Amino acid sequence: MSEFRMPSLGADMEAGTVVEWRVHPGDRVKRGDIVALVETEKGLIEIEIFQDGEIESLVMPEGEKVAVGTVLAMISGEAAPPPAAKVEPAPKVAPKAPPVPHRTESTGRARVSPLARKRAQELGVDLARVVGSGEGGAIAAADVERAAGQAPPTAPAPAVGPPPGTATDRQAAMRKAIAAAMARSKREIPHYYLGTHVDMSKAMAWLTAENLRRPVTERLLYSALAIKAVALAVHEVPETNGFWVDGAFQPGAGVHVGVAISLRQGGLVAPAIHDVDEMPLNDLMRSMLALVQRARSGVLRSSEVSDATITVTNLGERGVETVFGIIYPPQVALVGFGTLVEQPWAADGMIGTRPVIAASLSGDHRASDGHRGARFLAAIDRLLQEPEKL
Amino acid sequence: MTTPAPVKTTYREAVRAAIREALQRDERVFLMGEDVGRYGGCFAVSKGLLAEFGAARIRDTPLSESAFVGAGIGAALGGARPIVEIMTVNFSLLALDQIVNNAAAILYMSGGQFSIPLVIRMTTGAGRQLAAQHSHSLEGWYAHIPGIKVLAPATLEDARGMLWPALEDPDPVLIFEHGSLYNMAGELAADAGAVDISRAAVRRPGTDVSLITYGGTLGKTLAAAEELGADGINAEVIDLRTLRPLDTETIIGSVSKTHRAVIVDEGWRSGSVSAEITARIVENAFYDLDAPVARVCSAEVPMPYAKHLEDAALPQVPAIVAGARRLVSGHE
Repeated sequence: MSEFRMPSLGADMEAGTVVEWRVHPGDRVKRGDIVALVETEKGLIEIEIFQDGEIESLVMPEGEKVAVGTVLAMISGEAAPPPAAKVEPAPKVAPKAPPVPHRTESTGRARVSPLARKRAQELGVDLARVVGSGEGGAIAAADVERAAGQAPPTAPAPAVGPPPGTATDRQAAMRKAIAAAMARSKREIPHYYLGTHVDMSKAMAWLTAENLRRPVTERLLYSALAIKAVALAVHEVPETNGFWVDGAFQPGAGVHVGVAISLRQGGLVAPAIHDVDEMPLNDLMRSMLALVQRARSGVLRSSEVSDATITVTNLGERGVETVFGIIYPPQVALVGFGTLVEQPWAADGMIGTRPVIAASLSGDHRASDGHRGARFLAAIDRLLQEPEKL
Repeated sequence: MTTPAPVKTTYREAVRAAIREALQRDERVFLMGEDVGRYGGCFAVSKGLLAEFGAARIRDTPLSESAFVGAGIGAALGGARPIVEIMTVNFSLLALDQIVNNAAAILYMSGGQFSIPLVIRMTTGAGRQLAAQHSHSLEGWYAHIPGIKVLAPATLEDARGMLWPALEDPDPVLIFEHGSLYNMAGELAADAGAVDISRAAVRRPGTDVSLITYGGTLGKTLAAAEELGADGINAEVIDLRTLRPLDTETIIGSVSKTHRAVIVDEGWRSGSVSAEITARIVENAFYDLDAPVARVCSAEVPMPYAKHLEDAALPQVPAIVAGARRLVSGHE
């Protein structure tokens, strides 16, 4: 018997709401199955399970907002190691020793601060549905105020049902989550920045020829080439791929490239495409399109949200030349691409114009040095000169 | 008209300046205690005063706390304004009978006929490897006694300014000078003088948690507040200044605003000033509390001599930071 807990889907996640269970007690599950739909600051996420077994019981009712680490369900069968992702939970709510009790009936009287009780009365909040963030799961006034901002849990939520909270709430929550992650990054990570210009003439020529042969629906974008080049370059400088955890670098278990996707309503997510280094361009392109679509419709999978080992951000379509990115902790590198522009370019003693893209690397100096970072960027450049091999 | 430039000074010099001013302003004032004259005071506070004011007003006493505190009470009854120095609060226990049974009680027992305008200064606290018989913080015991006032100057301003209003007070006032503060240096207004001795002071305004302290732990508490600030926790620091009567209003005002309190007290927690403050918060601000009251106090052992043990026994910045974090974010 083991516990299935609210996973941390990134350094900035503090809590999530089980909107819908996709399994019932008695169901057999295997690693990778989607067991629940969870609402987070990043939108709705399909949560995968990381072990085989049988669902014993669903501990957490739908509609409960609980801290990362809270037990959601009990699984019988062999306990499996936790998900491969090394993402630490957001430090702010990292549960210490005892798991946060989500309900109080078992322990008798609820642990509620006097101020929280007063606020609950003023706001008409039912304390039974408030999740405590204080020591030992005690409910504080801020928890009551948060709960007051949420709709009470309705009867079983419809399939992809309206998530709790208004769109404005979710945007505010996402902004807060981004703020926390980026502030943590700038506070903890000693960034170094490198930039180079990559001649894209060979890549674009190959792409144009390749796309002519393809039906419109299967055409490739140059960003697929860029992402593939990043994934392959990682093999040459592995210390750019992974996590900085507890004072040491942990290499990523694969090359899972997080792709920064801006959302129409504001904010962004950077879900991962798994094993990009081994993925043919066709599959990569399809994965990218599907990912963008699902990110924008707001349903991502937990492994996508938490597994990225390195992030790529492409602000090309926004018309900027260079990106100086902020690393998404606990990752250790972020590659930025700017707009593809025609530029004067000197080569072989001649000046001509070439399509050029500015590539940048934001590196975590604890995990790698500028010398290695330079080699990494140079590898990306070199790989993009042989597009047919990508 | 210009304000005179602030002068560089130390806590020790500020106390000496206060004594000198009192001796100059009021001829009824005199200083007495062990080694205050020829030796210049065990902590060099009264250095030079014997030469300046003479043996009638700077009086060395025998090593008998009970006798010279009793003499001070008698002098005060007779119209003088004595400043009695006791070397450490541990030694003041020899004079406990005089302080509690006489100084604090005579006004009441005489039906209001005789007040005791006596000031007793003494050193308190640890941190200098002086071991268990010279290092305790027993001011909380005195704060238990009706009939006396208990002051704890933690800043240069208060070291300079609390003595005169204490002498003006018609009743006994005890001033506790934390031994680690004498060398504290800083700037003090050239015209610094008497300060209010009835109110606590907000040394650092904040919104998220109230850190309540006094005396020797004010500096550590302010350092903890800065560290918390770097984490986004905005701590308010209250310097009690007066332990009896406690300024309940300032304490409650702060806690009602921040909803959380950590009390930092070098005394032991059992039956202490920190316990009294906790009780007042719970009595007066229960419905405004968003977390239990936390305390950072000395370990309940006689103060060890060994440096590492003494450090471990005393409230330190990391413990204050951890206590405040636990209240604000549920974990350390």
